[in-house]
Amino acid sequence: MRHIISVLLENESGALARLVGLFAQRGYNIDSLNVAPTDDATLSRLTLVTQGNDQVIEQISKQLHKLIEVVKVSDISEAAHIERELMLVKVKANGNQREEVKRCADIFRGQIIDVTPGTYTIQLVGTSDKLDAFIQALGTTPILEVVRSGASGIARGEKTLAL
Amino acid sequence: MTSQTQPDDKSANPNRSTEMLSGAAMVIRALADEGVEYLYGYPGGAVLHIYDALFQQNKVKHVLVRHEQAATHMADAYARASGKAGVVLVTSGPGATNAVTGIATAYMDSIPMVILTGQVMSHLIGGDAFQETDMLGISRPICKHNMSVRRPEDIPYLIKKAFHIAQSGRPGPVVLDIPKDMTMPNQKFPYHYPTEINLRSYQPKQQGHSGQIKKAVTALLGAKKPILYAGGGVIMGGASNELTELAQLLNLPVTNTLMGLGAYPAGDKQFIGMLGMHGSYEANQTMHHADVILAVGARFDDRVTNNTKKFCPDATIIHIDIDPASISKTVNAHIPIVGLVQPVLSDMLALLKQKKKKLDSAALQSWWQQIEQWRAVHGGRYDTTAPLLKPQYVIEQVSKITKGEAYVCSDVGQHQMFAAQYYPFNKPNRWINSGGLGTMGFGLPAAMGVKLNYPDADVVCVTGEGSIQMNIQELSTCKQYGLGVKIINLNNGYLGMVKQWQDMNYESRYASSYMDSLPDFVKLAEAYGHVGIRVTTPEELQPALERAFALKDQLVFLDIHIDPKEHVYPMQVPGGAMNDMFLSKTERT
Ligand SMILES: Cc1ncc(C[n+]2csc(CCOP(=O)(O)OP(=O)(O)O)c2C)c(N)n1
Ligand SMILES: [Mg+2]
Repeated sequence: MRHIISVLLENESGALARLVGLFAQRGYNIDSLNVAPTDDATLSRLTLVTQGNDQVIEQISKQLHKLIEVVKVSDISEAAHIERELMLVKVKANGNQREEVKRCADIFRGQIIDVTPGTYTIQLVGTSDKLDAFIQALGTTPILEVVRSGASGIARGEKTLAL
Repeated sequence: MTSQTQPDDKSANPNRSTEMLSGAAMVIRALADEGVEYLYGYPGGAVLHIYDALFQQNKVKHVLVRHEQAATHMADAYARASGKAGVVLVTSGPGATNAVTGIATAYMDSIPMVILTGQVMSHLIGGDAFQETDMLGISRPICKHNMSVRRPEDIPYLIKKAFHIAQSGRPGPVVLDIPKDMTMPNQKFPYHYPTEINLRSYQPKQQGHSGQIKKAVTALLGAKKPILYAGGGVIMGGASNELTELAQLLNLPVTNTLMGLGAYPAGDKQFIGMLGMHGSYEANQTMHHADVILAVGARFDDRVTNNTKKFCPDATIIHIDIDPASISKTVNAHIPIVGLVQPVLSDMLALLKQKKKKLDSAALQSWWQQIEQWRAVHGGRYDTTAPLLKPQYVIEQVSKITKGEAYVCSDVGQHQMFAAQYYPFNKPNRWINSGGLGTMGFGLPAAMGVKLNYPDADVVCVTGEGSIQMNIQELSTCKQYGLGVKIINLNNGYLGMVKQWQDMNYESRYASSYMDSLPDFVKLAEAYGHVGIRVTTPEELQPALERAFALKDQLVFLDIHIDPKEHVYPMQVPGGAMNDMFLSKTERT
């Protein structure tokens, strides 16, 4: 099962390496990882997408808790939540294809953010599934480059992961 | 990722004029303020400022080993015997990497330690400078935490933080990497040692959840076939008294893990021996058939459970542990209790006394009858008629002459299992061995660490001719510091434990398990200035032991030639249940 784990981490050198090392050392997989400081500069917020059965996810969350710099851990996919990922896609766009790509981007509410005579760069925000679907929808359009941020997530409603 | 945690100045005393100290002096001063008596280490370029500061005071005493691994094991064994963190100081690069095995050994057994490693100057880090290794990277997966010094003025705070993390929660080793420029003798900073550390991200639990404790007590009182399974957590958690009281209040059979020996007195009739791979027949049978298992400070290690799919099919498991990650990791716990074992057991005791209820006495009686029958089947037997010296007999004699009161520090192999099985530990903190990592070479430095701190106690190193050679150079350290350790070298001329597996699984093809060209250990001991005694027959054993233990302050190396064919039994059948065991070369359950 796919899980989205959110972590509040002390913004200290070595903390991220320790967290990533834990996954490698214990054989847990990381589908994606997204990290940045929060409004509180002493804290980083991290969103990690992983796979595993209940027992594995429970161990992951317990092992994360054990790391000294980890302040809070939550499996936000356990309850109602919002997930967003940013993707930048550079495609070859010539002649007829230009219109085709534009229409496709519009349908997915993407924006063309850079244009050259032969290429388009599209920005798209959504769930990871939606980004996958967009890539599928591009069909035969030659993709030159894909950059994805990995999912970021937040719980719906009043629930927060904060100090 | 930028900021370094700021020193917490809450405990500053404004009236005291602050002293100005160099980083190097602060390192030593902080250790003194922490109450550290001995520092185990080895000098080198990156830590020379610290050694110079050490030289200029007399509160913290330094023990110069002959190899950094030995320094880590000495500190580790001191921690196992005393419950307080041991401290190590090594230089950068090879000094630090030599300490790695010792750090991993302590980590696997949850032993509190603080390891100070030198590092090249800050501006050289990352440039492959002379004797630079990324010690933070190397030690990350084998320590509880590691940190580096970024500003000299942070040193007192970081040292306090290292001790705090090492000694609280589930204990473990903490590495502090100190670049040389943090210790410059002519750069001085205000020194203040914090009295406490409060980390928002690290607040280990103390008390157990009262609802869970109630549930556990109810389950326990409903048991017809209970067992108490206690591990190293009871020893490091200082909960032996509570454990013993609880077991005796309810008349529970008690088994200890390899790490937990001494947590419950071995001489008591309720003790049914160690459990697991080389556990007693009765302990493994009792576990397998139990209906309620009270697991305390133990972690259901694979050397205990055997095949987890066949593990204790009828048992309700109550698991008390300080580390939530140890609960339901390999075996599902029905009633988990997270907390320090000592307060949790106290709470359980209070509740039990208040309830004034006992277990169903008829059921318990027939359970004990069954256990006594199991006990009669094996009961720690070995061939006593053989002409060759049996290792089991040697251990029994060592236990007699030391009245079961010695600190027994073991290496790793068959001799370790014989010591665990045949030396009855009646007190906690007396059995000191590398259970989790199984580090050959641990025994001698461990014995040294204990003897240095408990000079009046009998300290025995039980070893084999393979293991002892992994840190034999420490005989020199023993001479320098007058460490009167008694070395019991159970010399079978083989890497016996490896040979046993080859006998059982590889049709006795002894691939590299034979120790050729062994030294003359008696002469070797003498070369280092110690006493060596060779024992080759059963008759020679008694007088040799008497002589050795009469030489109070001297290191005596007893090279005892034993039956090379002996195997350790019982031994669980791989892939089987708890109670699938080989009982001898010809018997199987
Ligand atoms: C550092 C290290 N290397 C290898 C091993 C694997 N090993 C476990 S027991 C053993 C044999 C130990 O031989 P010895 O010290 O003579 O003890 P014996 O089993 O003969 O009593 C070996 C090689 C180990 N535990 N530690
Ligand atoms: Mg041997």
